[in-house]
Amino acid sequence: MYNITQIRFSAVSQNENYARAVIAAFASQLNPTLEELSDIRTAVSEAVTNAIIHGYEQNPDAFVRMDCTLDHGLLTVTVHDDGCGISDIELARKPFYTTKPELERSGMGFAVMEAFMDRVTVESAPHKGTTVTMEKRIGHAG
Amino acid sequence: MELNAQKRGTRLHVALSGELDHHSADKARIMLDTLLHDVTVRELTLDLSGLTFMDSAGLGVVLGRYKTVHMRGGRMIVTGVSASIDRIFRMSGIYTLVERQ
Repeated sequence: MYNITQIRFSAVSQNENYARAVIAAFASQLNPTLEELSDIRTAVSEAVTNAIIHGYEQNPDAFVRMDCTLDHGLLTVTVHDDGCGISDIELARKPFYTTKPELERSGMGFAVMEAFMDRVTVESAPHKGTTVTMEKRIGHAG
Repeated sequence: MELNAQKRGTRLHVALSGELDHHSADKARIMLDTLLHDVTVRELTLDLSGLTFMDSAGLGVVLGRYKTVHMRGGRMIVTGVSASIDRIFRMSGIYTLVERQ
């Protein structure tokens, strides 16, 4: 099975829940286990939250894009923002690293994405936005 | 995000329900901090069994409240931890600070 969906939404925190609902409905076509579904929702939530609060600092006039692809049991989710970008990706991916400790951010977002998905790649540069691509193979789907 | 609190002596038991993400974290933080204004609280138990979702934003909320309770010499406990939340907790090493029951 091959299927694509793309959504675009304002960078406001209300849309974190919306993005999770969309990815859960889309991934359900592959008959994921409850655990797989929970992993995907959590990883997407982390990526979308990062785009909203780090990429755009919660700007309703800015847009986060989420592209989801199903290809024979492989789910690929790309979360893209045109925000401030990341100057040191390696540092940003380190557990407990956060640029917003005042928001009580734990710095575990990328670590969670990596643990819950099979593969996570990050493309970013200062003022050039950020694209996070996550892949997960869903067990019993063809 | 909903919250249900009960206090017995110096123990405060708080059951969280719904979704705990970055969006709802502010509300959870404000409600918990209001409860912790009561300086007689020495033990905070967070019951997470009613949560239908939690990501690393929830971890930040738990760690932040741990700091408050720890600073006054108290202890913190989490219960009702789902498999998914347990993974995030284990990854963060929070169990060296907060007891799981």
